[in-house]
Amino acid sequence: MGSDVKLRSALGRARGLGSAREGVGHFYAQRATAIGMIPLSLWFVVSVIGLTHADYGTLRDWVGQPLNATLLSLTVLTAMYHAQLGVEVVIADYVHGETLKFTLLTASTMAAFLLGAAMVVSILKVAVGV
Amino acid sequence: MTKRDRPLSPHLQIYKMPFTAVLSISHRITGVVMAVGTLVLAYWLAAAAYGPDAYATAQAVLGSVPGRLLLFGWSVALFYHLCNGIRHMFWDAGMGFEIRDAVKSGYITVGAALALTILAWAIGV
Repeated sequence: MGSDVKLRSALGRARGLGSAREGVGHFYAQRATAIGMIPLSLWFVVSVIGLTHADYGTLRDWVGQPLNATLLSLTVLTAMYHAQLGVEVVIADYVHGETLKFTLLTASTMAAFLLGAAMVVSILKVAVGV
Repeated sequence: MTKRDRPLSPHLQIYKMPFTAVLSISHRITGVVMAVGTLVLAYWLAAAAYGPDAYATAQAVLGSVPGRLLLFGWSVALFYHLCNGIRHMFWDAGMGFEIRDAVKSGYITVGAALALTILAWAIGV
């Protein structure tokens, strides 16, 4: 044994080996995004109901309102973040093969980012025009 | 040793899940359904981004009977997951852990989800 090992305190040896201070990160993010989704999803449902029979011009005017474009982007991004966290837990719980689990976790996270990017770009395209 | 007829429970093929367990797995199922269902939202937004023709097609697809059924299922999943998520938050705050309370909050959750779904479609149609 090297002398450096003997000189380290019990706390020093334990640091970095556990989930201390980081273990609640996933739990917290899931709840924080859930709280955000309460008003956002209700706003989204009411908005979509209002747009049910909207023609293209009406939709473009609605998305063109900066507040609507902002809230719509926020809804989409919060939903994708929340979905990624949730799907991650479901995969971790039910998929036991390490290779398949790793593949699905990576693919679902990539899908969440891809869909989030695609939806925000779509929202901006409609809102700004071009 | 004598062979005794001891109950085998939970025996998954014949196990009658308690009400609270059905609600629990439903939370996950509706969550995954919505995660996959985000593809529909992405399609609708992308169609709007591609212009009036693509948007008209998307409106026709989603306004058709299968499209409306899909959206109805989507809305059920959303409202159930929303209400049950709020139920989860009470648990996170340390409230409602007694079985009687969990059953009661379960009924409230299902009732609220049904009411919100009916309300949304009554206004939306």
